[in-house]
Amino acid sequence: MPPIQTALAIEASGLVKRYGEKVALDGVSFEVPRGTVCGLLGPNGAGKTTAVRILTTLAEADAGSARVAGLDVHASAKAVRRLLGLAAQEATVDGLLTGRENLIMIGELHHLGRRTSVARADELLDQFALTDAAGRLAKTYSGGMRRRLDLAATLVARPEVLFLDEPTTGLDPRARNELWAVLDTLVGEGTTILLTTQYLEEADRLADDIVVIDHGRVIARGDAAGLKRQVGGSQLFATVADAARLPEAAGILARVSGSAPEIDEAARSVHAGGDEGPRAVARLGEALADAGIEVEDLGLRRPTLDDVFLTLTGAPADAGADAPQAAEVGG
Amino acid sequence: MSVRIPVPAERRGGLARDTWVIARRGLLHIRRQPEALADVTLQPVMFVLLFAYVFGGAIQVEGGDYQEFLMGGIFAQTIVFGAFGVAIGLAYDRSNGAIDRFRSLPLSQGSVLGGHAVASLLRGLLPIVLMSLCGLIVGWRITTSVYEAAGGYLLMIAFSFAIVWVGVLLGSLLPTPEAVQGVAFTVLFPITFIASTFVPADTLPEPLQTVANWNPVSAVSEALRVLFGNPTSESDAWPMEHPIVYSVIWIIAIVAICAPLAIRAYRRTIAR
Repeated sequence: MPPIQTALAIEASGLVKRYGEKVALDGVSFEVPRGTVCGLLGPNGAGKTTAVRILTTLAEADAGSARVAGLDVHASAKAVRRLLGLAAQEATVDGLLTGRENLIMIGELHHLGRRTSVARADELLDQFALTDAAGRLAKTYSGGMRRRLDLAATLVARPEVLFLDEPTTGLDPRARNELWAVLDTLVGEGTTILLTTQYLEEADRLADDIVVIDHGRVIARGDAAGLKRQVGGSQLFATVADAARLPEAAGILARVSGSAPEIDEAARSVHAGGDEGPRAVARLGEALADAGIEVEDLGLRRPTLDDVFLTLTGAPADAGADAPQAAEVGG
Repeated sequence: MSVRIPVPAERRGGLARDTWVIARRGLLHIRRQPEALADVTLQPVMFVLLFAYVFGGAIQVEGGDYQEFLMGGIFAQTIVFGAFGVAIGLAYDRSNGAIDRFRSLPLSQGSVLGGHAVASLLRGLLPIVLMSLCGLIVGWRITTSVYEAAGGYLLMIAFSFAIVWVGVLLGSLLPTPEAVQGVAFTVLFPITFIASTFVPADTLPEPLQTVANWNPVSAVSEALRVLFGNPTSESDAWPMEHPIVYSVIWIIAIVAICAPLAIRAYRRTIAR
């Protein structure tokens, strides 16, 4: 059965999932257009993994429905599995098989046949710079290599829709950058990607659209720029060397920016809304220098997605870090 | 150069092939884990040697050598212990996400469990062969016809098949490989000892004697002794008088009860 061609690669509507007392998803709806990258952003326990498990047919929703590539994930589970690739939160490569054996096995389980599976495995090993390690047991791989192998495994049958559950969690910055580069290539090839992340920077860097979820609900959605606009404009800021001169600096900032400044004693900085752009930075620098105030840092700060989170939920993004994660409750 | 991926299609024989791919993975696991290999090679051989030479002199059986009596019991016990391997393998796959990965693939339904079962069954053959050889060294002999001997080995394979389902059930119900180990030693271990596995049942105190007489491990031990022409327990309880029939009843009962329960427990655990 060929997939029905639709403009939407993923459609979730009103998804509800409970684990006993805990409501992991409380009516989550969103759509992902074909060929785009959607970032599902939220703190630990927000329901990201649960949403991915339902969309990838691993769990059943208590209410609501979902379609992947136009196919209902419940009614056409097997057809959906042919079209999706899933990289779960923990890299699920088989440590007792070699990297190459891992990929060949996935190919065979996708019914590609032995010969195609072998050829595809070698191609992916090359693409992910794992050729040298191909014959080693995967348990000897570094964290970054395991992630790359895991991602390669999800790509064996060239999925139309790729689900990546916190793809860079636990990676060092270098491995993370390498993984991001790989994802860029995939996006360039037109693969639809849904990725979950608790790193705001990552959603900003990779996603066309961001769906912010918290406590099982969608609390905001849009592109990164739009979300940032919801929070407000840029902030003009200056950090001074001597905290005693903060009030004086605040006065100068007020004059330059034309809006009320805020003082952060701990960071020895002052900031205020500044929509005039870079020119205001120059004027502020000049004014502070004229007053003889030594400046350590000075600039225009665009709001980060952390600010978005703070504005939307009234709590920092990591506030839910202690809450049990849906995936753990689900075992 | 890029590999063209054929459009995946529903094909006949998918279940058998998927099952075999998963089973092959299970067999590779055994080969690459020396400690798992020891479970099915060194341990049974050690048991044969220990019981034959350490306890052998102290235990008297009617109608023959203790070494010959011992083998039926030790075969049965090793098969029961095979349940650990299945359960631990399954619990391990569940806890490290491998089952989820398989379930996100377009596999035929039942192939993941089937693959585990086939790998376990094949894994179970190795100790049976090794113990047979070891038994021959310590003085065990098959004195019956080829057909009866073949019947004995067939009974072992059938019992292994039943035990696989006990393992699947344990592996699905218990959350971690460690929990499986715990249950194995507190439940399965005594079951294999309160039986005519190592000593004739009539040497046990009264209440235990009844348990032993009706214990399926006794039945299989005793059936193997009969089929291989070795000395038996000489108990006059009905199960011990008809060990082959009683073993077959147990095997059918275990499969009929444990297989559906195991499949249900497995589905429930994974679909969360």
